[in-house]
Amino acid sequence: MNRYPAWKYVILVIAILVGGLYALPNVFGESPAVQVSPAKASMPLDASALAKVEAALKDKGLVANGITLEGGSIKARFADTDAQLKAKDAIQNALNTSVAEPSYIIALNLLSRSPAWLTALHASPMYLGLDLRGGVHFMLQVDMQAALTKKAESLAGDLRTVFREKNIRHGGISRNAQTIEVKFRDAQTAEQARRVIQDQFPTLAIAETVDGTETKMTATIKVAAARDVQSQALKQNITTLHNRINELGVAEPVIQQQGLDRIVVQLPGVQDTAKAKDILGRTATLEIRMVDEGAEAHAAEMGTGPVPFGSERFLDRNGMAVIVKKQVILTGENLTDAQPGFDNQTQEAAVHLSLDAKGSRIFRDVTRESIGKRMAILLFEKGKGEVVTAPVIRSEIGGGRVQISGRMTTTEAADTSLLLRAGSLAAPMEIIEERTIGPSLGAENIAKGFNSVTWGFVAVAIFMCAYYMLFGVISSIALAFNLLLLVAVLSMLQATLTLPGMAAMALVLGMAIDANVLINERIREELRNGASPQAAIHAGYDRAWATIIDSNVTTLIAGLALLAFGSGPVRGFAVVHCLGILTSMFSGVFFSRGVVNLWYGRRKKLKTVSIGTVWRPDSETPALAK
Amino acid sequence: MEFFKIHRDIPFMRNAMVFNVISLVTFLAAVFFLFSKGLHLSVEFTGGTLMEVSYSQPADLNAVRKSIANLGIKDVQVQNFGNAKDVLIRMPVQKGGNSGQQSERVMEALKADNASATMRRTEFVGPQVGDELAADGLKALAFVVAGIMLYLAVRFEWKFAVAAIIANLHDVIIILGFFAFFQWEFSLPVLAAVLAVLGYSVNESVVIFDRIRENFRRYRKMNTQEIIDNAITSTISRTIITHGSTQLMVLSMLLFGGETLHYFAVALTIGILFGIYSSVFVAAAIAMWLGIRREDLVKGVVKKDEDPNDPNAGAAV
Repeated sequence: MNRYPAWKYVILVIAILVGGLYALPNVFGESPAVQVSPAKASMPLDASALAKVEAALKDKGLVANGITLEGGSIKARFADTDAQLKAKDAIQNALNTSVAEPSYIIALNLLSRSPAWLTALHASPMYLGLDLRGGVHFMLQVDMQAALTKKAESLAGDLRTVFREKNIRHGGISRNAQTIEVKFRDAQTAEQARRVIQDQFPTLAIAETVDGTETKMTATIKVAAARDVQSQALKQNITTLHNRINELGVAEPVIQQQGLDRIVVQLPGVQDTAKAKDILGRTATLEIRMVDEGAEAHAAEMGTGPVPFGSERFLDRNGMAVIVKKQVILTGENLTDAQPGFDNQTQEAAVHLSLDAKGSRIFRDVTRESIGKRMAILLFEKGKGEVVTAPVIRSEIGGGRVQISGRMTTTEAADTSLLLRAGSLAAPMEIIEERTIGPSLGAENIAKGFNSVTWGFVAVAIFMCAYYMLFGVISSIALAFNLLLLVAVLSMLQATLTLPGMAAMALVLGMAIDANVLINERIREELRNGASPQAAIHAGYDRAWATIIDSNVTTLIAGLALLAFGSGPVRGFAVVHCLGILTSMFSGVFFSRGVVNLWYGRRKKLKTVSIGTVWRPDSETPALAK
Repeated sequence: MEFFKIHRDIPFMRNAMVFNVISLVTFLAAVFFLFSKGLHLSVEFTGGTLMEVSYSQPADLNAVRKSIANLGIKDVQVQNFGNAKDVLIRMPVQKGGNSGQQSERVMEALKADNASATMRRTEFVGPQVGDELAADGLKALAFVVAGIMLYLAVRFEWKFAVAAIIANLHDVIIILGFFAFFQWEFSLPVLAAVLAVLGYSVNESVVIFDRIRENFRRYRKMNTQEIIDNAITSTISRTIITHGSTQLMVLSMLLFGGETLHYFAVALTIGILFGIYSSVFVAAAIAMWLGIRREDLVKGVVKKDEDPNDPNAGAAV
C-alpha cells in the first residue's frame, strides 16, 4: 500500500543530486577580484596583457589567488578587499599609460570561489541584488517628445534640401512642435511637392488646407514611423549609456530597457554616486549646424541687433555668442568615432572624427558648398545648447574622416573627443528613481536575511520534531529539501536575490510546512478513527492532497499577480514566493511520502506509527499509539 | 505531544452572529482610520528623497535638521532609524531644480558638520513613478481577487468564492487599518506582504471549505450548521499549528530581519492572526448565510437518485 515504484525513487535521487549540485556554489561564496577588459571591442586581450598584469602584481609584492584569461577579460582573484584595492591601482598604473585615453577598463568584481568543475557545469551562486551587495540603481526616463521633435526638425531640413534640388518653390517651411508646415503659392506646386513627399518621405503623412490661392501643407510623422523613432531613440540611448558606463569601470553593469520609454541602470559596487551620476547624467545630444554669417547675424553676435529669423543664439565655452542656423546638418547618430590626436601639418592638438556613410555624404555636400564658412558643433545638455567648437571649413571633406583643430589644448581635445565618442543621446533623459546602498549595509542585509531564515527554520524544525515525533523529523527533512531545491532553482535561473526575496524564502518555508501539518494531522485523525497504521498513512497523504492543491493554487495566483504588476522589491519577493510554492509542493508531498514509504512501507505488520500521541475521545487512556 | 483534545464539535456557528458583528465593527473602524488618517506612504509612492546616514556617535538630530534647512530644502523629516547612531532623512520632491542631486548636497553639508557621517543608503523617486506604483498595486489586488474568486467558483461554488473573498479582503483592510492608525510606513515590501497575506489567508478558507465539502459527502444526516462546526473543529489543530509555524518564521524575521523587514513582518503578523479568525468565523459564517447546501457541492450524487426518464422529475407540490 505504501510503496513507491523504483522510478519514483530515481526521480527523487536525481532531484537531490541536481539540487545539491546547483545549490553548492552558494556555499563557496565569492572572492574579491580585479577584472581587466579592453576599452574597445576591436582590441582583444592577449597573453601579453596577462603577462603585464602578472608583472605589475609581482612588482608591488601582491599575491593573487589565480589569474585567468577568459571570455575576453582577465580576472585576478585576491584574498581580501584590501589586496584587491591595491592590486587595482597597481594594474591601473601598469596598463593604462594615459589617463585621458585608457586602453583598458579596470574594475572591481566579485567572483565565485567554487571549483572549476562546478563552473564547467554552469553552476554559479545566486545573483545578489544591489540591496545585498551595495551599489547604485538608476531609472531613467527618456523624453520621447523631444526625440520626435528632433526628428521633425531634421525632416524639415531634409524637405528644404529636396525642394531646392527639385526646384520646387515654396513659401517657407516651419516646424510647429512635431508637425512641419509648408506654404505654397499655387495649387500646382503644392501638387508637385506632394508627389515628391509621398515618393521620398514615406514616414510623413500630409494634410492640405487651401486658403485663397495659398495652399498650406501640414506634414506629420506617421504613427508607425513615430514608434520606430522612439524605439530607435531608446536603443541609441542604451548604447550610449553602455559606452559611458564603460568609462566608470564597473564589473557587471545592468543596462536594461523597461517599458516603452525607460532605462534601468544598475551599477554593483559603485560608491562614487556623484561621478556615476555625472557621467550618466551628461544628457548630451550633439548637433552639427552652420554658423549664420550674414550681416544681421554679425550684429546679433555683437549684441547690437536681434537674432535673425531661422537662427538661434548660443554661447561657446568662453562665453562668446555664436549665431547658428536652426537647420541641423548632422546629429551624433551619424558619428561613429572620435579620437584626440594632432594635426599632421601644424602639430596642433586636434580631434579626429569618423562619420557613417550617410553622414559622410551630407558632410561632403555641405563642405563643398561652404568652404571658408564656419560650422558649429553644438552640445545640448538638458535642453541648453553650447557651442563646443566652431571651426572654419578649409576644404571639401569626403570619405567621412573629419579633423577639427585650432586653438585647442591637448586636454581640451581629449575632453571633446571623449564627449563626442561616448556618443550622443538620441533624446534627453532624466533620472526619475535613484537608490544607493552602501556596501556595509549590503553585507548587513545578507546577514539579517540569512539569520531570519536560519532561526525561523530551526524553530519550526524543533517544534515539528517535538510535536509529531518521527513524522516531524521527516517533515523537517522535507522542509530542508525544499530550501535546497529553492536555492538550486534560484541559482540555476540566475534570478536576482534581494532582501525581500530572502523574506519570501522565510515566509515560503513557514507556509510550506502547512502541507506536512495537513498530512500529519490527517494521519492522526485516521488513526483516531481506528484505521490501521498503513491505511492511515495512505489515507492521510491521499486526502490531504486535494486540500494542498487548492490552497497552493490560490497562493500561487497571488504570487503571479505580484510578479505581473510588481516592480523592484515586490518582484524580487514574488519570484521567490512563486518558485517556493512549486518546490514546496514537490518536497512536502512527493519527497516526504518517499521517505515515509521507505521507512514504514515495507513492514507488513506495522503496529504503531511515531506521530506523537493520538488521543481518542472514546477511550480513557490517552496514549494509545506512540 | 498533542494540544487539541476536543470531545465534541465546538458550536462555532451558533455564535456566528456575535463574531460577525465584531468583524464588522473592526472592519468599519479600519475603514474609518484609512479615510480619516490615511496611510503613511513611503517615498516609493509619494516621490521624494530618502537618506540613511550613519554616525560614529549618537547623532544630533537638531544639528542635522539645521544643516539641511540651511540648504533651503523644506518639509524635511529627520528621525532615528533603528538605533541612535543612524538617522533617516525624508525630503519631499522639490519644485524646480534637480531633486536627484539633492542627496549629494545634503551629504556634503552633513559631512562638513561631522566628518564621521557616512552614507548608507539613498533613495530618490520621481513623482511619476509613485503614481504608477499605486496604480500597479491596485491592479495586482484586482487580479488576485478576480483570480482567486474564479478558481474557487470553479473548484467549489460561487457562494464559497464570495465568502472567501469577503473574509480575506476583511483581513487586508484590517492590516491597512493598523498601518493607518499607528501611521506605520507603508512601503513596497509592505504592499508585497499584504498581497501575500491575501493568498495566504485564502489557504485557510480553502482548507475549511474542503472539509465542508467532504463532510457533506460523508455525513448525510447532519445539517449545514453541524457540518460547518465539525469541519472547523476537525481542522482547528491544523489551522493553529500551521499558523504557529508560519508565525515562528515571521517572528524570526521580526527579530533578526532588521529595520528593512520590520514592517513587512508586522504586516504578516497581523495578517496571520486575522487570517485564522477570518477563515474560521467570517468565511464559514458568510458561506452559511449565503445558504450553502449539500446539493451545491454533491451534485452528481443527488442526480443519481432521480430517474432521467421520469416525466415528473423536478415537479413538486
